[in-house]
Amino acid sequence: MQIFQYLGATTRSGFAKLGRATFFLFHCLPGLIDVLQRPHLLIRQIYSVGVLSFLLITISGLFVGMVLALQGYYTLSDFGAEASLGIMIAASLVRELGPVVTALLFAGRAGSALSAEIGLMKTTEQLSGMEMMAVDPIRRVIFPRFLAGIFSMPLLAALFSAIGIVGGYMVGVGMLGVDEGPFWSQMQAGIDFYDDVVNGFIKSLVFGFVVTWIALFEGYDAMPTSEGISRATTRTVVNSAFSVLALDFILTALMFGDT
Amino acid sequence: MDKIVTIKNLVFMRGQRKIFDDISLDIQRGKVTAIMGPSGTGKTTLLKLIGGQLSPQSGSVVVNQQNVHQLKRAELFALRKQMGMLFQSGALLTDIDVYENVAFPLREHTKLSESMIRTLVLMKLQAVGLRGARHLMPAELSGGMARRVALARAIALDPMMIMYDEPFTGQDPISMGALIHLINSLNKTLGLTSIIVSHDVQETAAIADYIYVLSDGKIVGEGTPEQIAASDSEWVQQFMQGKADGPVHFHYPAPDYFDDLMSNQLS
Amino acid sequence: MSNTYTQDTLVGFFVACGIAALFYMALQVSNLSSYLDTSDTYTITASFDNSGGLKVKSKVSVAGVTVGRVSAIKLDKNRYESIVEMQIEKKFNTLPTDTTASIFTAGLLGEQYVSLEPGGSDEYLQDGDAIDITQSAIVLEQVIGQFLFKKASE
Repeated sequence: MQIFQYLGATTRSGFAKLGRATFFLFHCLPGLIDVLQRPHLLIRQIYSVGVLSFLLITISGLFVGMVLALQGYYTLSDFGAEASLGIMIAASLVRELGPVVTALLFAGRAGSALSAEIGLMKTTEQLSGMEMMAVDPIRRVIFPRFLAGIFSMPLLAALFSAIGIVGGYMVGVGMLGVDEGPFWSQMQAGIDFYDDVVNGFIKSLVFGFVVTWIALFEGYDAMPTSEGISRATTRTVVNSAFSVLALDFILTALMFGDT
Repeated sequence: MDKIVTIKNLVFMRGQRKIFDDISLDIQRGKVTAIMGPSGTGKTTLLKLIGGQLSPQSGSVVVNQQNVHQLKRAELFALRKQMGMLFQSGALLTDIDVYENVAFPLREHTKLSESMIRTLVLMKLQAVGLRGARHLMPAELSGGMARRVALARAIALDPMMIMYDEPFTGQDPISMGALIHLINSLNKTLGLTSIIVSHDVQETAAIADYIYVLSDGKIVGEGTPEQIAASDSEWVQQFMQGKADGPVHFHYPAPDYFDDLMSNQLS
Repeated sequence: MSNTYTQDTLVGFFVACGIAALFYMALQVSNLSSYLDTSDTYTITASFDNSGGLKVKSKVSVAGVTVGRVSAIKLDKNRYESIVEMQIEKKFNTLPTDTTASIFTAGLLGEQYVSLEPGGSDEYLQDGDAIDITQSAIVLEQVIGQFLFKKASE
């Protein structure tokens, strides 16, 4: 019996949380007006969300591309198909690894930082203080961060994929001696701009939205204690990773399903 | 007398616990009113109810002829611009410096030019004696300085009243003296109404015009500091004089001491 | 305020890099460049008994050089034939009217594509014209079946 009670309570609190998160999302949307009037609010947040993740994303992208080239080469050379190395690297990066790995790194780097920042602002009564100064903290504090996350994520994912392809080129053509011509020409023949590049871009946009939303809501919903903040950051990373992977499946099924 | 805040039959529950059980009180315009009571009696909650951050189960809070909990969001925000609140922690925004913190409400609510903002910010900082500290970040301030900056920020929009949440807690004698002097002089020179929530008896009694004493969700005593000091309520006497035992017992409710020690079993 | 200035610069740099990466992917990695001149094409159609595994966006080539792409594949409901619509680049506007269209496979397992073999006519195909002489895709099962049938009858 107790198990059912527990399950019931957990489900109910889960729905309650989703409801609060949805309300939170709609509550912050009017912040667009503030951002349009004072674009500096947004630029500040793009700095802390996007620019500070720049190095992590580019270096990770480089290494992922290099590993893909090595692994792909060993497998493809068994079939004498080294010429397809370029398309293999580009397809995996542009369609899947670019958006997904970037979203996971983004959740770990920027998402957890956002949760901790908002949670700490709540704990130190900064949000409450703003409310008493007749400033809506959800509009003023949350929305610019939200927009910065949605804006930065596709750029970071594009950087990840582009640098990854360069890394793959360096290893594949530079180190392993794959012929440069088919490396690029097969890639260009195989990667479709609308089906692959644009869909990858849409994926990263969706992931950016979800990860930032989770991070900000967890921070805002955190218990105002140090333990509450540490739990909120953990939940941000765990829930983001889970949501990104689940959504990736759904989006992939929708986008690449019928050709 | 002109009342700026009127609280009538206020009931506020947190879960099953009654924080306020049918309390009524008035706050006079231009005076320093203190609300005192032991920790955990919901004094901060009372300020949040006045500021409209929390809603009561029943009863009303009227500020400046407006019922706080029936206002629309925009009206509530307009009312809040006329209320300053000084949080216990100061609640300064940690990512901007002292100057920007004081400028924050001005930038949010006015379209003043940069030079006007500068003049106003320096005036407010001068009033709290921290004009020289304008480039420091909140993390570099001592607790007392942080509260003074928060005070400068609270008066930036020239409100009609300020609510102080435990302004004296954890202050050394010098910053305590500075704060008492500040609250007093702001009250006298600017004609601000002040509401002080505190359990520091001596300091609060020194500047308050009128005192309410809260305990267990009820008002157990009220009057001028002299009247309170002369109160015949045992409880008020224990609180004002800080006796260890009295109507409020030193011991948390527990089974008999002797029996407890003798029942030498792990339960 | 120099701090804000540095921040602005870095944000600008970041955004520029991101956009550059998107452009890089569009132009260097994907086939966008082949989309860019879609306005300079003309349409011709060809009917096949069987278009096999041909897809929209499959290549159309003359002597191995890509001259256009398949833009639509429809079924003729009366004759049960596959009508393949192709966008041919304007610069290749000298295809004779008696051109033959065949569906071939690139390599053993590769993609199928349309190969055009020009004939000897003096008139050229215009926008909206149809190719009359076509050769359908080779369906491997049919070829094997015919081969076995021929062997058996010998």
